[in-house]
This record gives sequence, structure tokens and C-alpha cells, in this order.
Amino acid sequence: MKKTLALATGLAAALGLGQAAAQVSDDVVKIGVLNDQSGLYADITGQGSVLAARMAAEDFGGSVLGKKIEIVFGDHQNKPDVGSNIARQWLDVDKVDAIADVPTSSVALAIQEITKTKNRVFLISGAASSDLTGKACSPTGFHWTYDTYMLANGTGGALVKAGGDSWFFLTSDYAFGHALERDTGAAVTAAKGKVVGQVRHPLNTSDFSSFLLQAQASKAKIIGLANAGGDTINSIKQAAEFGIVAGGQRLAGLLVFITDVHSLGLKTAQGLVVTESFYWDLNDETRAWSKNFMAKHGGKAPTMVHAGVYSAVKHYLTAIKEAGTDEAGKVAEKMRQMPVNDFMTKNGQIRQDGRVMRDAYLLQVKKPEESKGPWDYYKVLSTIPAKDAFRPIEQSECPLVKKS
Amino acid sequence: MIRKIGIPLLLALALIAPWVGFYPVFLMKALCFALFACAFNLLIGYVGLLSFGHAMFFGGAAYATAHMVKVWGVPTEIGILGGAAVGAVMGLIVGSVAIRRQGIYFAMVTLALAQMVFFFALQAKFTGGEDGIQAVPRRPLFGLIDISSDINLYYVVLAIFLAAFLLIYRTIHSPFGQVLKAIRENEARAISLGYKVDQYKLMAFVLSAALSGLAGGTKSIVFQLASLTDVQWQMSGEVVLMTLVGGIGTIFGPVVGAFVIVTMQNYLAQIGEWVLVVQGIIFVVIVLAFRRGIVGEIAAYWARFARPARH
Repeated sequence: MKKTLALATGLAAALGLGQAAAQVSDDVVKIGVLNDQSGLYADITGQGSVLAARMAAEDFGGSVLGKKIEIVFGDHQNKPDVGSNIARQWLDVDKVDAIADVPTSSVALAIQEITKTKNRVFLISGAASSDLTGKACSPTGFHWTYDTYMLANGTGGALVKAGGDSWFFLTSDYAFGHALERDTGAAVTAAKGKVVGQVRHPLNTSDFSSFLLQAQASKAKIIGLANAGGDTINSIKQAAEFGIVAGGQRLAGLLVFITDVHSLGLKTAQGLVVTESFYWDLNDETRAWSKNFMAKHGGKAPTMVHAGVYSAVKHYLTAIKEAGTDEAGKVAEKMRQMPVNDFMTKNGQIRQDGRVMRDAYLLQVKKPEESKGPWDYYKVLSTIPAKDAFRPIEQSECPLVKKS
Repeated sequence: MIRKIGIPLLLALALIAPWVGFYPVFLMKALCFALFACAFNLLIGYVGLLSFGHAMFFGGAAYATAHMVKVWGVPTEIGILGGAAVGAVMGLIVGSVAIRRQGIYFAMVTLALAQMVFFFALQAKFTGGEDGIQAVPRRPLFGLIDISSDINLYYVVLAIFLAAFLLIYRTIHSPFGQVLKAIRENEARAISLGYKVDQYKLMAFVLSAALSGLAGGTKSIVFQLASLTDVQWQMSGEVVLMTLVGGIGTIFGPVVGAFVIVTMQNYLAQIGEWVLVVQGIIFVVIVLAFRRGIVGEIAAYWARFARPARH
């Protein structure tokens, strides 16, 4: 009897295992890193994100449930149709199980729709629009690293408190810029500040003079730069040339990455207040991971997007292992159940709308004389706890959130 | 000889392509661009007008179709035809301004007007700025054919392409087409023969714009989105590149060119930023070594090869 029972248990276990192993589709877990490899977001995302995803796969031992983990990447050139084409092909033909990163909100919104229809996991790190967990949310889409609400509340709220109560926005004219301007405007108004105006410039502008003159003429105390990448760099540089900062107005970089500070140099960027959810020099853990990353990335420090890609891929792989399958619905459910814990995230929770709740940091760019070495660029002004950093779930327009 | 074997062969290949490993979305993209390039070629190859603003018809129609289908909820087939109609109307307006000039001036006028359309697309509310119009639904065609499946949609796109291609073929070989070629060769002579050259040019321009619109509208259904990429000047440049690579003034040239360029963009996406470099190198090589384009060179070679045999 005992023997039979043992045999039965053994058989059942073997069956169970067999089933679990068989549930990895196509015998490979393939993650596609889709981002900008050649344009203005290539430094912030680009090969760094690919490296981060590879590091996560390596740290996981290169395989999950006995199946190989493979990382592929593509360049969407910041065009939604190119991105959508690559994504469709990945999911339909190339057996890709999850898509990661995807900067540029317009492309991310297109991919969110595709991954939702085709039931695959979408790990968003590079895109910022808070619409991705708002009206465009998806049961299998996760917004990992930051969003416009976090940037807006961090920088917007803090500067108003410090006396910068009138704002003028220099906005990049696409989905991301609009969302950033809207959310920051709301944060400024909530903190009893005033938005006196805004001007919109096309993506990839090289000459900001006419926009900066309007900003200067507005007499606002703070000029909010609701743009990103090369556009932010150009506007900060040209603002310096126009003597805007010297004239008493202050610049607030709503989305400034550490790589931007690096190319601007501390002399131009000093004093700029920014919000990020990761800085390499926060604690021993972040330093250890970043050291490893920098060694493989030509000495360049990781951005929060790179760190986010690592964190997301790691959590995704852990969820596959726990769920015993790579079926997107089940993995997504598992991902929501488990707290996110890694070098950049402490007990991060994933909400119903796909938002990963993590702390954010209000950082100020150091003066050149304060910096002690390469990439020593920020001092931490304060930590913004997750519940203040992100949009409360009650305000979410996401249809997945059940309103009670 | 070529026609008797070649065309049925190509047709058969087109019919079985999605079943022998070609990815239908890729094929549809290539067909849309092939149609766009054919429409463009009608103008440059047979009337000798280099338009540098054809993206406005392509992109304008893409937006029109996407908006009609998504927001107004019109049936898919009406949406695509509506896109072509928008292309035709835009062509009529732009054409009546632009055909008064030749050569570089014509190119510049079309470019300037295309930039205006781009600016409109960027700023107008309904286009969604950089976001584009996303998630355009694929509703059943004629209420019958389910086009949410890529395979079904592929045959629809193929049918649209073939119909338009046939129309272009007939146009070129009609008396109307002969007059167009006469204008290309010697405009003054055509005028002296009593042809109202401007009217012919305008008609060709409108036809080309409408077919570009048809391509743009179809594309927005295939990808379920219309974005600024479609209306940007780079798109106008891309269609020139496709036509040039394939062979200006040949029937199949633009089709071949479109497939070559789209294939490159598609399968070289893995190599990241190098794709633009590769594209540039191929372009330079073609301009230097195969000035007639791929199909043009083959046709010329065939002619050299076939002529002695006829003696």
C-alpha cells in the first residue's frame, strides 16, 4: 500500500513536473528588448537596456524551468509603425514571450495594444506616459521604472514649496510631453503654484531660440522642460546661452537622466533639480550592481531605465519559475502576487493597473567642485515614498481597476 | 515570352507567399509601399515630374482612413476608399499649384506643401500629435470577410494592390499614357501638337495622389495606426529611394524597389543603428553602378541579350 502510494505520488509529481516543463512555449523563454538604438534616446535606453536584460538572464543562470532564456533586440527608431511591425513579427513568428523597455510613449502605446491583444507580457521601463497605467492599461502590461506622474509630482511639488510658484512649460510636442505638462501643471496647481503658459516644440529640435524667448518673456520663475533626451540637453544649453538662468529664472528638468547630466557637464547642469527612481550611488547594493554594469558598458553609469529593465526581466523570470509556465496571463498574475525585491526595489508592489510601486528620489545636480569622481553627479535631497510618488489608484482611469 | 511565364509565376508566388514562410504583415507592408512607389513612379517615370511631397497624400489618407474607421465607425472598405478620395482631393489642390513649374521648382513646391500638411498633422487635435491614431479597429470587410486574421487581410491587400497595379498598367498603355510620355520627352512639342499639357499633367498628378492615398489608407488598416512617420518628409524621400532602387519608368521597378527597402528595414532591425548605414551604402552603390535601377538594368541586359538573336 505504502509502495503504491509512493509510486502514485512519484508519478503525480513526475506528471506535474512534466506538465510544468511542457508549459514553456516553443522550448525557449525569449525576451525582446525594443528601443531606440540610434536616435535621441539611444543613450538612455539603447544597448544599455539590452545589456541589463542579458545581465538579468545571466544572474538567473541562463535558463528557467530548464529552458534557455534568450534576449533579442530591435531598433524602433522612435516610430510607432516600425515598432509595431517589429513587435508583431516577434510575437507571431519569432516566438518572443515578452517585450521590454520601449521608450517613446507613442511606440509604447502601440505595443501595449499589441501585447494586450496577443496576450504577451510587456515590461515597460523606458516609456513615461502615465496613460500606460491609465486608460491604456493592460492586464499583462507593467510600468516598471517611472512615469510622468512621478516626475511631475517629484519635481513640480518640490520646487513650488521652495518658492518657484509660477511656471512656464517648454513642451515636446508628442504624447509624452503633453502628459508630462498636464501632470506637472496639476502638481504645481495642487501645491498652490500657477502655470502662466506653455509653448510646444517638435521632437528633435535643434534650435530652441524662439521657444526660449517666449519662455523668457513669460517672466515665470520656473521654466519646466517637459521634454527628454537630446531636446532637454539642447534646451538647457541654449537657455544658458540666452542667460535665462543668469537672469533669475530657474530651469526644472522634468525628465533629465544621468546620461544627460554627463553630456551637459556639471558646469552647465549644476543646481538642476530632477526626480529619478534610481541613482547608482545610493547604497552598497546599487553601487555593486552598477560597478558590474559599468565594467560591461564602457564605463558609462546605468540610467534608471537600464536598472528598471534588469529589475523587470528578473522579476518576470522569477514569476515564470514560480508559476511553472510562461503563459502571459498566469505569469502576470504571479508577478502581481510577488513583491519585487532587488538592488533597486525594496518590497515593490505591483498594482492592479500594472503600476510598480517604488520609491523615488529628489536629486540635485552637484556643483563641479562637489563632485569627487566620474559620474558623481547627484546629491539626494529627499526620498519620495511610493504612495506619494505615483498616482493614487482611486484616480486611475484604468478599466481593470474595480471601483468600489 | 517573359510576360507569358513571368506574370502568372509572380501571381502564383503572391498567392502562396504567406503559406511558405513569409510573414503576412511584412508582405502587406511591402505591398502597401509597392503600391505607393508605383503611384509615385507614374508621375516621375511617365510624366517626368519629381514630386518631393508624396508623403502628404500617403499620410493624409492614412489619417483620414484611421479617423473615419476608428472615430466615425464607417465600414473598412469605405474608410480605405475615403482615404483614396482624400488623397485625390489633396492631389487636385496641390497639383493645380505645383504643375505650373518644372524640375527643381516643382519638387520644392510639393515639398513646401507637404511640410504644411505635416505641420497640420502635428498640431491638429484629431491626429493625436506624435501619438498618432492608435488601435484602429479591423472590422469585417463588406461585413463578411474577417480581416482580423492577418492571412485574410493579406489577400484583401493583395487584391487592392493588383487592382491598382492593373489601373496603372492600363493608364500607361492607353492613349492618355502615350500623351504623358510625349510630355515627358518634349513638352514644347506636345503643346505644339495641340495637347492641353497642363490638364494632362494635373490628371496624372491627381491619379498618382489618389493611388498614394489608397496605399496610405490600406496601410493604416494593416498596422492599425496612422502616425507622423507616414506624413514626414523622410517618407517622401523613402518612396523616391524605392523607385530609384527598383528602376524609374519601369512597370515592375517600384515593386522590386519597395520589397528591397522594406526587407532591409525589416530584417536588418537586429543590427540597430547600422541599418541606416547599410541603407545608405546600398543606395550609393545602386546610384553609381546600376543607374537604371534593378529592374531597369535587367531589362537593358535582356534587350542586349535578345537583340542579336533576332537577326
